Amino acid sequence: MARLNKSFDKALWVFHVNSGSCNGCDIEIVAALTPRYDVERFGIKLVGSPRHADVMLITGPVTKKLSEKVKRVYDQMADPKAVIVVGTCGCTGGTFYESYTLDGPVDNVIPVDVYVPGCAARPEAIIQGVVKAWEKLEKLRGDSV
Amino acid sequence: MSSVELLFRIVIGTLIAAVGGIVIGLAAKGVDRKLHARMQGRVGPPLRQPFYDVLKLFAKDNTVPDNAVGWMFNAAPVICLAGAITLLLYIPFGSILPVLGGHGDLILLLYLLIIPGLAMVVGGFSSGSPYATVGAQREMVTMIGYELPLATAVIAIAAKMNELFPAEPAFALSTIAAHPLWGEMGLLGIIGFAILAMIMVIVTPAELSKIPFDTPEAETELAGGLMVEYSGRNLGLFYLADGVKTVVMGAIIVALFIPHNLSPVFTGIAQGSIGAYMVDFGFFLVKLAAVVFFAVTVLRTAVARLKIAQVVTLYWIPLTMIALLGLILMMWDSVPMLHIAPWLGGA
Repeated sequence: MARLNKSFDKALWVFHVNSGSCNGCDIEIVAALTPRYDVERFGIKLVGSPRHADVMLITGPVTKKLSEKVKRVYDQMADPKAVIVVGTCGCTGGTFYESYTLDGPVDNVIPVDVYVPGCAARPEAIIQGVVKAWEKLEKLRGDSV
Repeated sequence: MSSVELLFRIVIGTLIAAVGGIVIGLAAKGVDRKLHARMQGRVGPPLRQPFYDVLKLFAKDNTVPDNAVGWMFNAAPVICLAGAITLLLYIPFGSILPVLGGHGDLILLLYLLIIPGLAMVVGGFSSGSPYATVGAQREMVTMIGYELPLATAVIAIAAKMNELFPAEPAFALSTIAAHPLWGEMGLLGIIGFAILAMIMVIVTPAELSKIPFDTPEAETELAGGLMVEYSGRNLGLFYLADGVKTVVMGAIIVALFIPHNLSPVFTGIAQGSIGAYMVDFGFFLVKLAAVVFFAVTVLRTAVARLKIAQVVTLYWIPLTMIALLGLILMMWDSVPMLHIAPWLGGA
């Protein structure tokens, strides 16, 4: 991971995947971009294509229909990359725990770096999750240097 | 000047133009993003943000999709950036003359302006994604759209130059920069010239694929459009090219419409000295920032994205009509007005 430079922390581009969420967490993600929380201060930007993204922000418990797509989106992202799960559904399955329609929670399908619980997760919690992702990237840098 | 000297000048000049263009372009993008955020009531990213973005993109993997045409896919970003930097070699910056100034004129500039856009189209078509294909088609249609008012504005200026200074090459940027037209015409001409300046400002965001004319990239409908399959270094090159193109369009507008220099105002500075060049270059940067602010930042903050059909209709019918009106007013300015409308005075 020698390629991880310091600019990486300051320019995280985020791709948002909804894997069967109720839209509650998605609204909170959008709220984090609004003038009140303004995550663009930290260089965080929503992008439209997984190819451009450094971080996958995934909401929802991963339904059977969507698990293939979630894997594909993860594979389409260029390395190095991180995955942040937003919301209780994605962390544990939440209210859909052990449902027959699920392949999730998210860490059954793709490797997860940061869990942000909450139903719905507050924008502050989402920003905290991104800070945790920074810490992970810093740790990776420390290992290589 | 010997040919070795000329070659040396071109190589060094190109290097300086490339580095300078990239740095100024990224800084312009930073200022644009900061001001955009401030106008939306946000704090916004730091001014250095585009530099972080580029360093990060160059550290990432460069994915080439399986069904892409590999060599074309990889060549497009390089051609795009190279085309944008080539444009810089023909444009004067303040009183600093362009590196290849004697070799090309406004017509060449118009053709070269197509190259970065065309490289993006090629990259989009070769990436093998339906989103990128739709984006590439839209980019072509947008290019067809804005060429007409752009060409009208350029032809009007050249025709006026030819009329006022028949001894000098009308299409050369040096002629246009040496004689700002504002002082050379009557009222009608000045109105026409101002209309053409407005047309150029509206053409700029389409050239740069910025809101309201960012239909080829349209993040929300086309997931990034032309750029959808690009990642890592290739995306970084497009990012740099976008910055350089911002400088190019700003510099063309400055050279055509506000080529005035500040150094003659300060009598203490000798013409042609380093100090005079610095003052003029600083003033050029201020003018560039003002043009980018109005053409890119204000427009993209104030309005939403247009549909592709609306973009073409807007450029072909209303804006071309307005540009032709500007052209007619500028031509009319030299007709002895006393016969037609004595109250206007005329030339």
